[in-house]
Amino acid sequence: MGLLVQEKDIVVPGEEVADGMDYLPSTGTYRDKEKVVSNRLGLVQINGRAIKIVPLTGRYLPKVGDTIIGKVVDVMMSGWRIDTNSAYTAMLSLAEASSDFIPKNANLTKYYGIGDYISCKISNVTSQMLIDISMRGPGLRKLTGGRIISVLPTKVPRIIGTQGSMVSMIKQATNTRIMVGQNGIVHISGDRIEDELLTIKTIRMVEENSHITGLTDMISKFLEEQTRGK
Amino acid sequence: MGYTKRFDGRKFDELREVEAKVGIIPRADGSAMFRIGKTVALAAVYGPKELYPRFMQNPQQGILRCSYNMMPFSSKGERVRPGQNRRAKEISYVTEKALRPVVDLSQFPNAVVDVFIELPQTDAGTRCAGITAAAMALADAGLTMKDLVCSVAVGNIDGTIVTDLMYDEEAYKDGPVADIPIAMIPSTGEITLLQLDGEISKDLLVKAIREAKAACLKINQIQRQALKQKYVK
Amino acid sequence: MLNFLAQGRRLDGRNKDEFRKIEITPNISVNAEGSAGVKIGETEVYAGVKMSVDKPYPDIPDEGVLMTGAELYPLSSPEFEPGPPSIQGIELARVIDRGIREAGAINTKELCIRAGEKVWMVMVDIVTINDAGNLFDASGIAAGVALKNAVFPKIENDIVEYGTKTDKKLPLKELPVSITVIKIGEHYLVDPTTEEEKMLDARLTVAVRGDGAICAMQKGGNMPVTEEDISAMVDLAMEKAKEVRGMLP
Repeated sequence: MGLLVQEKDIVVPGEEVADGMDYLPSTGTYRDKEKVVSNRLGLVQINGRAIKIVPLTGRYLPKVGDTIIGKVVDVMMSGWRIDTNSAYTAMLSLAEASSDFIPKNANLTKYYGIGDYISCKISNVTSQMLIDISMRGPGLRKLTGGRIISVLPTKVPRIIGTQGSMVSMIKQATNTRIMVGQNGIVHISGDRIEDELLTIKTIRMVEENSHITGLTDMISKFLEEQTRGK
Repeated sequence: MGYTKRFDGRKFDELREVEAKVGIIPRADGSAMFRIGKTVALAAVYGPKELYPRFMQNPQQGILRCSYNMMPFSSKGERVRPGQNRRAKEISYVTEKALRPVVDLSQFPNAVVDVFIELPQTDAGTRCAGITAAAMALADAGLTMKDLVCSVAVGNIDGTIVTDLMYDEEAYKDGPVADIPIAMIPSTGEITLLQLDGEISKDLLVKAIREAKAACLKINQIQRQALKQKYVK
Repeated sequence: MLNFLAQGRRLDGRNKDEFRKIEITPNISVNAEGSAGVKIGETEVYAGVKMSVDKPYPDIPDEGVLMTGAELYPLSSPEFEPGPPSIQGIELARVIDRGIREAGAINTKELCIRAGEKVWMVMVDIVTINDAGNLFDASGIAAGVALKNAVFPKIENDIVEYGTKTDKKLPLKELPVSITVIKIGEHYLVDPTTEEEKMLDARLTVAVRGDGAICAMQKGGNMPVTEEDISAMVDLAMEKAKEVRGMLP
């Protein structure tokens, strides 16, 4: 009777997390008669009577207002088609592509060509998952130099940390520039290859250990060891 | 005299040795391996992703596409020619039907989830191993699923109900044989795959299904452990 | 990428002439007459050997046949489509096939059961499990190891009894080691990742025999190469072939 799991337990689809009506299903769980059952592979989070599953894996779901890093996959008459690292591509129209004015019959590849990465904001998502994005805003631009890696979108909050604390710590220790898209695409650029490699190693470590308590201490210790004497 | 002792000495309701591993194909969005005896299945999931051509899209929800294939050198007999034959196409189709009821793709209109199942070595029960592996791969891809699906073949060998037939049992010559691949949603006991070829009475069939359910629950435990093992160090 | 290559380093930190870790697992399939799995970094391929008894080709009545096939499984990469073999898959199969054939890897005369009537057909199939670049070299190694551990199945009245293996190995003479060198800008790299393959100007696969002789080559990529390029790429391939040969079981 009652709760069948503990906070931060890993559960799989179909696993009972609570028995009886004392607990309520939230994101990642559903009620099946007397039982609350998980429907995602994830970590248990208990908020009072509500049981939620924080997914450990899964594709990015586009949300209005998210800042993401997209990749240009097509240049069309009236704009660009952008891969969002989700199930759906997005449309970047001429009017939204830059804070500068782009004339009607300009050569669009001069602005963004196929394969370019851009940082952009999701401005609209329809019920049929047609997605509009915009590059009008501070910091939204074409990303040049450096390299792109992808991380599990579900881990992005841990990589960024509370108010950007984790990513700032990594930037500082590794002397690289890092931009984390909500969609799990990360742009890293540093002057030395060792710096970029250390950044990637650190980000992978956060990704793999995201569900461990004391993650920040672990990462800060790791970075200290790695950068000692440099 | 009937089938009184199994060729490999197992109890009648005993599975062969099983092994499962999740996350074996780094390029895939989700992947898993499932081995039962000498049958090995690999499964990879790609998606959800936009589906083309457009006329195949479903604006209400995403679709699931499964593909089952035996590697050319996987069979006990002759080489399997590459390219899907009629058998592989049918198995792909019933695999899709076996998995679809647990997967919630309502968040993914116009999209597709691709499941690829490949068998490097086979000793009967391949479609069941494929379904069991694919269910783990779907969960590993982070899809919303009300449960996993687990699958095993049961059978009637000369009046005896046995669980998890191996090839020699399927090929039993001294009496009637029925081979019954079954897939089940473990939490509800609902059956999502049921095929039968051979000979069996209604009474024995009911008994066989009961045995299959019990065996599926054991397989479900293995699936759960394998999924968790990917994250526990 | 070019920036770092100029400093002599690759995006993953390797040197230009450095392979990722190679892992070889023999006998990944019990039903094959021989088989092997090969990992190079995250790239993984399987190869399996199947043998059958058939009529010889009319032009070589006293010789058996060795053939190599390859399939790029959609299971192994989001970039591989289901359906009939792609040109990339066909090229891979042909390049590996040519290496084995031209090295004189197998004594096909010894595959003859009765001249003009029955000979052994040996088929090596390569399949991809995970593509993280350099499928060529991984496939070559896997095919070689699978051939080496292959044994004949029993035959009774020219019918193969697949369940029963003999302890007789294939009449192998010498297996080649194929090494692929790619060119990006002015840089030559071995064991390319998928990322590097997408940027390559030219690619050269060189099959090298144990005695150091070259027995097959294939140039790929959209850009031409000069005589100097070829010389440098072959040197690098031969050096690496020696190294890889030392790792084989």
